[in-house]
Amino acid sequence: MTALPPHTEKKLGLVIDLDTCVGCHACATSCKEWNATGYSAPLTDQDNQGPDPHGTWLNRVHSYEVGDGASSRTVHFPRSCLHCETPACVTVCPTGASYKRAEDGIVLVDEDKCIGCKLCSWACPYGAREHSAVEGVMKKCTLCVDRIYNEHLPEADRQPACVQACPTRARHFGDLGDPESDVSKLVAERNGVALMPELGYNPVNRYLPPRPRRTGGDAPAPQEETLDTTKLPPLLRWLDKVLSR
Amino acid sequence: MNPAFSVIVFTTLSGTGFGLWFWLALRIALGDQAEWFDGIGWALGLIAGGVLVAVGVIASLWHLGKPMRVWRAFSQWRSSWMSREGVFAIACMAVAAATVLVQSSLLDLPHEPVAMRVLCALLAPLCLAAIYSTAMIYGSLKTIAAWRHPLVAPVYLLFALVGGGILFGVFAGTTMDRPNLVGAGILVGAIALAMTKLRYWWAIDREPLSLDRGDAVGLPGREVSVFERPHTEANYLNREMGFVVARKHARKLRVIALVLCVLVPALCALPMLLLPHGGPAVLYWGAALSFQLGAMVERWLFFAEAKHVVMLYY
Repeated sequence: MTALPPHTEKKLGLVIDLDTCVGCHACATSCKEWNATGYSAPLTDQDNQGPDPHGTWLNRVHSYEVGDGASSRTVHFPRSCLHCETPACVTVCPTGASYKRAEDGIVLVDEDKCIGCKLCSWACPYGAREHSAVEGVMKKCTLCVDRIYNEHLPEADRQPACVQACPTRARHFGDLGDPESDVSKLVAERNGVALMPELGYNPVNRYLPPRPRRTGGDAPAPQEETLDTTKLPPLLRWLDKVLSR
Repeated sequence: MNPAFSVIVFTTLSGTGFGLWFWLALRIALGDQAEWFDGIGWALGLIAGGVLVAVGVIASLWHLGKPMRVWRAFSQWRSSWMSREGVFAIACMAVAAATVLVQSSLLDLPHEPVAMRVLCALLAPLCLAAIYSTAMIYGSLKTIAAWRHPLVAPVYLLFALVGGGILFGVFAGTTMDRPNLVGAGILVGAIALAMTKLRYWWAIDREPLSLDRGDAVGLPGREVSVFERPHTEANYLNREMGFVVARKHARKLRVIALVLCVLVPALCALPMLLLPHGGPAVLYWGAALSFQLGAMVERWLFFAEAKHVVMLYY
């Protein structure tokens, strides 16, 4: 059903630290690897050895330059589904293939019902959904629903593949509906933000903005070197004179 | 947005088909009782409307990744405009088919004229609902500012009603007491269409996007420029949402659309208005053909000119 649950028990989601993300794409590749055999399988590529390789990915890592001049910095920005509380991608779906789970808030596609009309991808401002031309259905982040509840996995592994793969621990997974959860505390501490909240989709995922520079903005310019030869000891003064010839 | 040919054919042809059904339904429901000869014109018109709607709907299936599952699309009418469009389209087809069946005397009903009037009184508002639902598939998307504009639905309705009105003239114009009325209607409709579409273009050219890349990445107010894309080749998002060819030729294409949809039909409508019996049939066919071509140009622009907010990330 495309009707949204009035309330979800949990709001499972990701917190992504833009300060520590180094843009290594490990989250994107591990996502691709897990989901190519898991819930979203197959996650196909086309022409992958040819001149125009392209394929379906559920996570993409952008790199941006923020600011200008001496205060500019590179910010790496992983982009995936934000598991919105009021997602338009679900309500526009004509078949009920798109749905939001009442128990944990995960937004999923039932690929057996999807007719591949692509309207949900048009409705998403975050580019979270990619249509797979091979299977003819829509693909999106599942928050690794087949990992996080998987009792065949050791408990430490029951988190999304992207979170586990991150070498700088820039990705965190948890219940953002519980103010006492680690992720909620992290968001409160670091002033985490939702993306484009003015569009009204109430994203669950949060992004932690880069920390301010320790120098506090613009770094002071290095002092210019000055040399007053008259104040040098006689031996150095003589040396300066000889070498300056 | 990528102007998929299947969707352009779907929205223009099915729109004209619903428009034609709307005018025929009004004429049957409210006009004089059908004579035998008039009946042929009406039946042909109803069938022609059905062909247009059917071709449009079949074209839209071309756009689907899994067309065999399309029956599922009728289930989510509570929240989805696309689903509503499907439901109204099927309802229109059923009522129009019933009207043709009653009219054909196969059933030999005792109150045939009454039955036809009742069915057509139902058909007319259903057609409007189907056209409006098509428009709202696009009009409901907050991610595309040019589609969110309040004039999108009126423009879709006007295109369907003017296109259908011209075809109504083709099939049933001569059966009217005052056939010149069709010409007057086309003239008024074409002028209203031009004014609405020009106002829409004027508005979308001047409304800047309220969001920038800083908002998109959660750093509002900061200057953000692309350092490196996530992928070296185009992906689905770039192909589907990042279509830029049209903007270069937008001005010329707008003029072409207006000439074909407004100027040519209006020039054809003048003799329809002034000559006895509404003028020769070739005028109606010429206006209809020109209008359909123009509507396809306009619809192509409607897609190609629309910018999707996701492109801020690229």
